[in-house]
Amino acid sequence: MNIYLQTLSRDLHIAIRNPSSVLNPLLFFIISVSLFPLAISPEAATLSQIAAGIIWVASMLAVLLSLNTLFHNDFENGVLEQMVASHHSLPLLILSKITAHWLLTGIPIILLSPFLGVLLFLDNEGVKILMITLLLATPSLSLIGSIGASLIVGVKNSGMLLSLLILPLYIPILIFASSAVSQAQFGLDISAQLYFLAVFLVLSLMSAPFVSAIALKISLE
Amino acid sequence: MWKWIQAFASPKNFYQTSAKIIPWFLYLFIGLTLIGLYWALIASPADYQQGESVRIMYVHVPAAWMSLFIYIVMAIAGAIGLIWQIKLANIVAKVSAPIGAAFTFLALVTGSVWGKPMWGTWWVWDARLTSELILLFLYLAYISLNSAFDNPKTASKASSVLAIVGLVNIPIIYYSVEWWNSLHQGASIGVNKVSMQIDMFIALMLISFAFKFLYGALVLMRSRDEILIREQNSTWVKTLIMKGEK
Repeated sequence: MNIYLQTLSRDLHIAIRNPSSVLNPLLFFIISVSLFPLAISPEAATLSQIAAGIIWVASMLAVLLSLNTLFHNDFENGVLEQMVASHHSLPLLILSKITAHWLLTGIPIILLSPFLGVLLFLDNEGVKILMITLLLATPSLSLIGSIGASLIVGVKNSGMLLSLLILPLYIPILIFASSAVSQAQFGLDISAQLYFLAVFLVLSLMSAPFVSAIALKISLE
Repeated sequence: MWKWIQAFASPKNFYQTSAKIIPWFLYLFIGLTLIGLYWALIASPADYQQGESVRIMYVHVPAAWMSLFIYIVMAIAGAIGLIWQIKLANIVAKVSAPIGAAFTFLALVTGSVWGKPMWGTWWVWDARLTSELILLFLYLAYISLNSAFDNPKTASKASSVLAIVGLVNIPIIYYSVEWWNSLHQGASIGVNKVSMQIDMFIALMLISFAFKFLYGALVLMRSRDEILIREQNSTWVKTLIMKGEK
């Protein structure tokens, strides 16, 4: 557990000292959300219907953008190789890197989402459900994303490849999360969607660190 | 049994044996397709609701089955290659991907052509169509990950991990009909019941077995090419090339 906290604090320190790597995906998130009213329609009726979907798609793309750096710097300076070679459990180390990633992208996205929701005329109930779905599912985004990031850690110019690998796996989350918000806007029961998101979270929490560890070992061979 | 598998799975043996199997698979494919097409186009009746356009089903449904079947084969072969380090399994997984992607594409296109007269639209965003589309994306992701590495060993290991992770998607596709209400008709062929005419069922089965043999033949052909590329520095390939044999 100690090594988990140490790696976590190391990653957080690196991020604080180099804030642009954290801020860029968030800025991308805000800007891409604000493009939709310009492109589709500034009317409240239209926007409130598609607000949840827009915010969800934008947050997935923002997470995807930030995943490029999840292992990349550590791979460049050799830390990743030391992690694989060390006697500590590799899945645990990866889990702490994923935690850091979630704290630095997932949490800010959740905190920004109500403001963006209001900008897109989402009602209070919708904003609440949106935040719940983000809270439930952004950890899954980081976890599943780590599998893709670890598969292509040694590949050059891997940005586009990562989106091809990861986005298909994100689609079930997208479906359930956005349908939860839109159903809640009609006052329907959404417990099924939330349970599904929770199932995805538990499954990815149990498997993703181990799969990522296998993938990292393959990539670093 | 194990020894036999190992002997057969050595690239050289496989190369020689598969040359004898390929023609048989092709004969079976052609034969079954001809008989199947007779049943599908002439012997089986038009649907009482859908009319003649139901005949697209005889390509659409087997292609959709193949798209799932090949993905499962690919993931299992990838897992075998990953666990037991059998070269041949990696090759089978790699060469299956484009074939599977082609069948998935075929299923999507024929579904679209079928959807236009039946539903009045080329495409609906319902669960089954969407998950078939996701399956196509998974195939494409697998293919591009496989080609992203210089070292074929790393490439097959990394893409096998992706294939196994993507296998999670297969049950989602399969049960999506029950999970979401959709325009797409439910599966007609279950374990206990067959809710279609027996003529239609026979035609469907014949075509789907024909597709299986086509896939088998294509996999063997592409595997042979892949083996020659991977083993180009071994003596048996060199002597083979020098002799100019096929």
